[in-house]
Amino acid sequence: MPQYKRIFPAQKPLWIAGLIIVLLGSCRDADFPMDAEVGEELSGGQVTVFDAGPNAFGQQAPGLEGLQELEFFVGNSFFNQNWVVAPASAAARDGLGPLFNARSCSGCHFKDGRGRAPQFDGELSTGFLVRLATQNGRSPDPVYGGQLQDQAIPGVAVEGSVSISYGELTGRFPDGQAYSLRTPQYAIHATGYGNLASDLTFSPRVANQMPGLGLLEAIDAHDILARADAGDMDGDGVSGRPNYVWNVVSQSMTLGRFGWKANQPTLRQQTAGAFLGDMGITTSLFPNENCSASQQDCAAAPVGGSPEISDDDLRKVVLYVKTLAVPARRDWETQEVLLGKFKFAQIGCTACHTPSFVTGIDPEIPALSAQHIRPYTDLLLHDMGEGLGDGRPDFEATGNEWRTPPLWGIGLFGQVNSHTYYLHDGRARNLEEAILWHAGEGQRANDRYQALSKGDRQAILTFLKSL
Amino acid sequence: MRKKYLPCLLILLLGIAGCKDKNKDPHAELKESVVRQYSTLVAATYEDAYNHVVGLQSAITAMVASPSALSHQTAKAAWLAARETYGQTEAFRFSEGPIDDVDGPEGLLNAWPLDENYIDYVVGNPNSGIINDPMVSLDATTLAALNELGGERNIAVGYHAIEFLLWGQDDVDVTLRSAGQRPYTDYIFGGTAANQARRGDFIKVCASILVSKLEELKHEWEGGSSSNYRATFESLDNNEALRRIFTGIGILCKSELAGERIFTALDNQDQEDEHSCFSDNTHRDITNNFLGIKNCYLGTYTRADGSIVTGPSLSDLAAEYDATLNADIVARINIAWAQIHAIPVPFDFALTQESVGGSGPIQTTVNTLQALGDRFAAIADKMGIAISTQLPD
Repeated sequence: MPQYKRIFPAQKPLWIAGLIIVLLGSCRDADFPMDAEVGEELSGGQVTVFDAGPNAFGQQAPGLEGLQELEFFVGNSFFNQNWVVAPASAAARDGLGPLFNARSCSGCHFKDGRGRAPQFDGELSTGFLVRLATQNGRSPDPVYGGQLQDQAIPGVAVEGSVSISYGELTGRFPDGQAYSLRTPQYAIHATGYGNLASDLTFSPRVANQMPGLGLLEAIDAHDILARADAGDMDGDGVSGRPNYVWNVVSQSMTLGRFGWKANQPTLRQQTAGAFLGDMGITTSLFPNENCSASQQDCAAAPVGGSPEISDDDLRKVVLYVKTLAVPARRDWETQEVLLGKFKFAQIGCTACHTPSFVTGIDPEIPALSAQHIRPYTDLLLHDMGEGLGDGRPDFEATGNEWRTPPLWGIGLFGQVNSHTYYLHDGRARNLEEAILWHAGEGQRANDRYQALSKGDRQAILTFLKSL
Repeated sequence: MRKKYLPCLLILLLGIAGCKDKNKDPHAELKESVVRQYSTLVAATYEDAYNHVVGLQSAITAMVASPSALSHQTAKAAWLAARETYGQTEAFRFSEGPIDDVDGPEGLLNAWPLDENYIDYVVGNPNSGIINDPMVSLDATTLAALNELGGERNIAVGYHAIEFLLWGQDDVDVTLRSAGQRPYTDYIFGGTAANQARRGDFIKVCASILVSKLEELKHEWEGGSSSNYRATFESLDNNEALRRIFTGIGILCKSELAGERIFTALDNQDQEDEHSCFSDNTHRDITNNFLGIKNCYLGTYTRADGSIVTGPSLSDLAAEYDATLNADIVARINIAWAQIHAIPVPFDFALTQESVGGSGPIQTTVNTLQALGDRFAAIADKMGIAISTQLPD
């Protein structure tokens, strides 16, 4: 709960007021002062860095031990490097494709930040891709698979390219102020392997920002499950369901945490999945190139080793991904931000955007253990309504369900990635549009947001920008 | 009523008096002169770096106008000379200075490692790169916009783009111990490779960007201005200015130089990860980066013309707080200097001669630089200044 108290009741002698003013040495609004929590600016606990510039998401977690501190840089090198077509002289870095969306991790997660939708047809590697499904979202396309790759190595056909057009959905706040939301429409053209399935649905995704992922992995599953309320037993209109997904290492269903639908159980699997799906790089987890039976040119293309990235190099990339520190809050002590934080909780946003956790024990990276973190997510699935739904179930997630995304860092996309697009497909042009898209379980909080005064709405936005 | 105000007033006066006492720093004068000496040193280093890129630009203009073995060689020599001073300026990075501005020049100056085929032909692909794509117009605005587009290795401009355009790809076989062998005829119409005129235009645009960016940096640091970064920097609280200085040399020493520039290449056993792979000049990059750190700590810079800029140093200040720790740091600086010079040349061959965690000269240098970085943080801490030596990516 936010601190919310009057510092000095009027009936106390004036000199006490004088004392307090002198000791505080500031010009707070005497009628309405709020205090930040102690350490509130440290979003990642001790794994927090003070950088609000273009490199805010790319900094190493303080406190790494021994060789890990150096291996972080090796992981960073693999994260940034462009993979090349096999065979090549750089044996450790060949094996791109045959089909791919980007040549490097940083091609989508530029500066370890948030991707965006392309701004014109054919703009490549902006951190955006389209997942495909047929049969009411249950099956991949028989020819094109589960993801459209819009690039290919020489001699292999490109699967196709995506074009996006936006409509505008207008509305008004109860106070009369108008707003307009972008509604995206997707089409795939220039297909390289014949017709798309007639019942094909598209599920566009932008690349997520990277800071703090190791901290999210270090949260005890028990603490996540404790917040689940599948049947909405507490009657707040918000359920919250865990996703259970296939873990290729344990060969069992385990709790999903990563990805827009929490469809990846671990950062290692998430990373290996992205290597294969997005860059066409095989790993020991996913040893087969991603070519369907109909894509013979793809299947016949030379490979860059088996697997194409060694377990040791993959380990260093995962170490890098796990140990990117969280940027500290800005302006967390201002009355505007504190008011926004209070209103954010008051209208029910924190029912899903859980303000804080204490991480469990990470035996490999002690620096991530027992940290009081403030990610503003419960890592659970919530129905967000038809408007945001993609009709593509993913393990236990329905077509309308999405994982609550962590909010740390969302105020820095402009600095790091030169844009302010939000939501899974980047349709929201700013934070307010992102709020206004909340439906389903988020509808009640959205309605309350709209009913707030303009000043209170602005305070919430200012609070979000401070994250 | 009046009586009620009195205690308030007293407390206020006490508070002000208390503040004054607290702010009285016995080292304030020395700190101020150390900060000013640092500014003088930074200004001199950037001025030399600027003069060098002006020289590089005229050598490149001459080579493109009249390509020959001699003009090509002159341009390469000018590039190597320019790296000597620019390398030392890197000790001024990571310290919130103009080099790392949000729209700052660093990415346009010294971005690396770069993907060669983003710029020009490579072995096995004669048509790759911006040079071989006639649709791309070659001007400073376009190339700056293409820099880092679609990936952090998509480097279009800067020292290393010029390096690639002068030397060409390095040999894959590092045992040959030779640098890249681009022929000067790549710049002669009808000579080797395609699009010679575009190659010449491209390298000239890169040189002009270097000149304009270093000119900006020179202006930000030159003395006598009331509106540049130096004026802002010198008006900072002394401890804040010192925090920036220590953060810069700490991050360069421990993270950027030890981790990103040396260890990564050793661990990957890959010349793609060395700093100046085309010219095989990485040993000078390492030496000059470290020299920049040494300059800052000892308050002394030997200018390109041989004259010496010297004055009150971080070391002088450190000795006031902890003479033993300062002596330890100075000793480690000397050890690191010797160890860096013990790394065999070329670096890409040397890194194949040892392994991670061993006792080879590269790993030993990494260990010393890391320990030194920790000690910069320790001595700053003694001064009541908390710094982070973690690298912003």
